[in-house]
Amino acid sequence: MPRARHDRPRPDTGAAMKRFAALFTALDQTTRTNAKVDALADYLREAPEEDRLWTIALLSGRRPKRIIATGRLREWAAERAGIPLWLFEESYPIVGDLAETIALILPEPTQGSDLSLTGWIGEIRALPALDEPARKAAILDAWDRLPARERFVFNKLLTGGFRMGVSQKLMTRALSRATGIDEPELAHRLMGDWSPDRTSFDRLVLAPDPAADLSRPYPFYLAYQLVGGPEALDAPPEAWAAERKWDGIRGQLVLRGGQHFLWSRGEELMTDRFPELATLTDFVPPGTVLDGEVVAWDGAAPLSFATLQKRIGRKTVPKKLLSEAPAILYAYDLLEWQGEDIRARPFDARRATLEALVAGLPEDAPLRLSPLVPFDDWDALAAARDESRDHAAEGLMLKRRDSPYRDGRRRGDWWKWKVDPLTIDAVMIYAQQGHGRRANLFTDFTFAVRDGDALVPFTKAYSGLTDAEFRRITAWVRKNTLQRFGPVRQVKPEHVFEIAFEGIQESPRHKSGVALRFPRMARWRHDKPVTEANTLDDLREMLNAYG
Amino acid sequence: MADALLTFTDRGIHCPRADVYIDPWRPVDRALITHGHADHARDGMGRYLATEAAAPVMRHRLGDIVLETVPYGKTVEIGGVAFSFHPAGHVPGSAQIRVAHRGEVWVVSGDYKVAPDGFSEPFEPVRCHAFITECTFGLPVFRWEDQARVAADLNAWWRRCAGEGRAAILGAYALGKAQRVLSMLDPAIGPILTHGAVENTNKVLRAQGLTLPDTIRVTPETRGADHPGALVVAPPAALGTPWARRFGPASSGFASGWMAMRGVRRRRGADRGFVLSDHADWAGLNAAIAETGAERIFVTHGYTAIFRRWLAEQGYDAAIVETAYEGESLDTDTEAGPDAESPA
Repeated sequence: MPRARHDRPRPDTGAAMKRFAALFTALDQTTRTNAKVDALADYLREAPEEDRLWTIALLSGRRPKRIIATGRLREWAAERAGIPLWLFEESYPIVGDLAETIALILPEPTQGSDLSLTGWIGEIRALPALDEPARKAAILDAWDRLPARERFVFNKLLTGGFRMGVSQKLMTRALSRATGIDEPELAHRLMGDWSPDRTSFDRLVLAPDPAADLSRPYPFYLAYQLVGGPEALDAPPEAWAAERKWDGIRGQLVLRGGQHFLWSRGEELMTDRFPELATLTDFVPPGTVLDGEVVAWDGAAPLSFATLQKRIGRKTVPKKLLSEAPAILYAYDLLEWQGEDIRARPFDARRATLEALVAGLPEDAPLRLSPLVPFDDWDALAAARDESRDHAAEGLMLKRRDSPYRDGRRRGDWWKWKVDPLTIDAVMIYAQQGHGRRANLFTDFTFAVRDGDALVPFTKAYSGLTDAEFRRITAWVRKNTLQRFGPVRQVKPEHVFEIAFEGIQESPRHKSGVALRFPRMARWRHDKPVTEANTLDDLREMLNAYG
Repeated sequence: MADALLTFTDRGIHCPRADVYIDPWRPVDRALITHGHADHARDGMGRYLATEAAAPVMRHRLGDIVLETVPYGKTVEIGGVAFSFHPAGHVPGSAQIRVAHRGEVWVVSGDYKVAPDGFSEPFEPVRCHAFITECTFGLPVFRWEDQARVAADLNAWWRRCAGEGRAAILGAYALGKAQRVLSMLDPAIGPILTHGAVENTNKVLRAQGLTLPDTIRVTPETRGADHPGALVVAPPAALGTPWARRFGPASSGFASGWMAMRGVRRRRGADRGFVLSDHADWAGLNAAIAETGAERIFVTHGYTAIFRRWLAEQGYDAAIVETAYEGESLDTDTEAGPDAESPA
């Protein structure tokens, strides 16, 4: 046992939860990246090992799922605070965060606690097995043991909404500083299907056994958006390869030891959602890892994202969907070949090996090569980009021919050059307050197009305005509310916004008959009266052209 | 309401019998003023009546006005109605105004806080039949910490900044809050610098006998590098402006009751939020109201709809009164509080 070997006194675990809450507060209190990394690195050097491991898990998206209905939590918190439930419910949207509302509203604790972060997570995960009275007793007891900051963290873990304002990239940087291990190496060690229950800080971070996890993916390399045109790039056209940017699901296919694993960019295993890829273990040798886009395939070309979308969110896929929207991996990179990590080789070399691999596959194998888009100069490339929508693509990808496959989002070697979004001028008709950082601001809006004298709602949008603009529209909404429907306010149809979006498709679920992809507010059209907003006919025309 | 002692008009709270207004927001002949904040003491009144302690700030802000003063607790008869001013604990000189006529007593709270700040005249409960109260922080999520704890946090932050070689810039309302935080600082940590708007008010309050630590006024010539380890007190609107840039890579803080809410704190973009308010918290409001013994409660500004409903459930005859008071401002350029509702 490690404890015996080090012969150190039993740590004060209650102080460990306090330390974690202090870390949370420190990260929350600054917007400076360096201050965040410093605070986290200090923590990762000093905290108890199991708490460090849980912190890494939490910061890499491995947070416990919400395991308790929030309705009960609200009732219990109101009861404990001695206030009527309606008063709690009125306070919640003003604070904008359930965990915080509960933490603020409860009386001061009367007891102490000696549980660590890991201990509290254990308590939380034990809750589902309890019957309701026991569960309530356990939660009330926890609330009575934790001071405000710790109580807030506890509630965040309890409600499943745990975020710490630190990206995985920053966490990796801090961990690198704390351990002296390279960032890219750490990024790789932290990938894949691990959980604090089945590993230790030592086995995961300090001394991993590469063979221990056959499924472990590599960190995805993510491209930056190319703003302006490729003329500004620091290398001539011949230094670059271009591909279409497919509108599917980014996926990394890991084939090792006779098994296959399909990972999403968010490090979720999608293997069971795309069972057709299983046949690849017959044709592709073990020790191969591919990067590509999972797309729905019509036999010759990718289908629209809408077709694939029917399969998203399903753990398993019924037969009918398998035949309607068969999926393939449209591959564009090779990361591991014959059991060797080849990410350091240049793009051209990896691509050549990938092409040879795909060429040896049967015609109907669910693995295809995403073709290169040939071009001699930037004008030709711009022309190819203009055809993106005809190919059901979002634009182009530019990859430097001599570049390695890097990890995370890094500037320089990969660029996405997306087509300009579609836009439509719409009238704001409903407004709702945001949450979290945007609590108390109206940030969630519903927009309508004109149809004769009527206004037909067709999309919501939440982003695209500056904080100053959100403050302005918030003040306006407060003065121009026509009616309230719970948290939603109907406002005077007075303001026109340019809504930008990436795609449009038919949708019987929406009144307008269409659904937009990634809608956002591109501009506040102060210059346009409502009478000049677009119409339902305009929207239908767009559906015909691009749907 | 023709016979009511106080009525609510579009100019302000009116006493028809005496024909005076309390904290009016439009010009009237005679105004009784609870305290010197701009939403309560406005320009353009024929005559003003306020406490002796509030007078210097009012003169400073409103210039050459016709201003009578009265000590706390002393009764002034106007048109047969007895008016007296009682400490509200909000800022130095602030008062609740008691209005009595033939045994009927009303009290207008202005703005108030019940916890002593060691600085303003402490809040004094006044028995009455009808109480007109603010409810800026009238939600159960607002619970102020002990001032000593906030002071410890504040000084710890300053000390840390000084250790890192960065200035600490603290946003605090120029009248009241700024001086309150000054009185909480540990001057041993480093020099204290003040924005002109804060220093002007300091000057007025020092002249009337308030003790504040030594401060250095920031002028166009002031360079941050000349004052290592400094803490700078400035109005919230000055943070993040070119004015603040002279201090280099500083850490910013805000002192406000609104800082109790994480979302507001993060949106304001301050590194640190210190929960410190000159208004009563939830418990304070409820305690103050109970202590008046009043049955009729009028709520003026803050979370009025919610707070009125709560009071009604507690058995009070409670109503909302629309006023032009703003409560605790976070931004001078935008809405009053982060959630100020427009009068509906």
